[in-house]
Amino acid sequence: MRITVNVNGDDHTREVEPRHLLVRFLRDDLELTGTHWGCDTSNCGTCVVLMDGEPVKSCTVLAVMAAGHEIRTVEDLADGDRLDPVQQGFIEQHGLQCGFCTPGMMLSGRALLDRNPDPSEQEIREAISGQLCRCTGYLNIVRSIQWAARNGHEAAGSQT
Amino acid sequence: MQVPASFDYQRAESVDEALELLRRYGEEARVVAGGHSLLPMMKLRLASPEVLVDINDLHELDHIALVGDELRVGALTRHRTLLESELVGRYFPIVHDAEKVIADPPVRNRGTIGGSLCQADPSEDLSAVCGALHALAVIRGADGERIVSMADFHQGPYETAVGVGEMLTEVRLPVLPGAGSAYEKVERKAGDWAVAAAGVALTLREGRIADAGVGLAAVGAGALNLHAVQTLLNGSEPSEALYEEAGRVASESCSPVTDGRGSAEYKRHLADELTRRALRRAVARAGRPIGSTAREA
Repeated sequence: MRITVNVNGDDHTREVEPRHLLVRFLRDDLELTGTHWGCDTSNCGTCVVLMDGEPVKSCTVLAVMAAGHEIRTVEDLADGDRLDPVQQGFIEQHGLQCGFCTPGMMLSGRALLDRNPDPSEQEIREAISGQLCRCTGYLNIVRSIQWAARNGHEAAGSQT
Repeated sequence: MQVPASFDYQRAESVDEALELLRRYGEEARVVAGGHSLLPMMKLRLASPEVLVDINDLHELDHIALVGDELRVGALTRHRTLLESELVGRYFPIVHDAEKVIADPPVRNRGTIGGSLCQADPSEDLSAVCGALHALAVIRGADGERIVSMADFHQGPYETAVGVGEMLTEVRLPVLPGAGSAYEKVERKAGDWAVAAAGVALTLREGRIADAGVGLAAVGAGALNLHAVQTLLNGSEPSEALYEEAGRVASESCSPVTDGRGSAEYKRHLADELTRRALRRAVARAGRPIGSTAREA
């Protein structure tokens, strides 16, 4: 099937099989390997990308189902050399350990702050509850998103 | 790397077109909405449909509306929409209780009420919730609509009353005066399937329970016989002694099996205890001014 998916603001047209998963479409066809692929069973949340602004697990979405929708991956978070406040937060608060869950965590953080610029700690924990950190570094991930909330209101507003 | 076996994909643009596709492909076709139950099963070859009919563009099936004394919920309504619906929380706090513990936010962004009910997994939360609420399922086919009760809708594990060439289009939840409801679930970790769960919906009339509905999840395959506990509750005055008896009867009405989530004995204990807890909260919520449950912690 010939599909066109808008990824990070650009339309990409490819010929794909219906069974082709969105995570593979992003990684293999578009070479956007910032989206990581973990458990493959919709559990670990490493493959989270934004679909029309909301987090989805891209190992459980068919590429053909994403046709006509807007996908946003970690590659789109920074604006040129200017990091998204969530990315900066991960630096400031050491939210990144091995880095495997980081892209998905940052995207969920971004989506949360886009609709709720001042989330409580509980709301942050809830937002990332479908994503596993294999280093169990949740405390610093939560702090990173809190940092972004405190320091990124202006930048966060410009993302939407 | 897990990928489903090959299949054809059709994206329906209207309910009529979806029904036409389902008729054309017959038993080889499956409806896909969120896909968060179906696609993992397809990866594991537990399901191998030859055709997927994608209904995600059928926005007419994504609605929540109060019509007369029913809340009508379109089959394509996402879990997240249900969780964020003030209307749902006001009349059916049991739905919010359950939605908070169904999978996790990314999954709730995609999954739908219709998909959950049609998957008919014995551990699925909304099936127990809709059972307790005595919900009605609207099934549409070539010859029009038919409406079936939840008891008739779920015919066994992974089996529903939805026939070939038909689809679930709407779920109708009866709004009853003085109603209270609650859902209690024990899970191993955030977003997991239940070890066991219990939902209770009831109304209070002159201090006595009426219209009691009880639903259990993950404690037995297929439709559970919960008439006994509902009969016990109807007409009775709420009391700790009654809750205790109801928990005991509920635990005897189910048929859990020992698996990785726990022993049959433990699950039976949970069915008992969670039924009591759900009853307590449902009674506490019943008869309150509509909307007060929304402020409950």
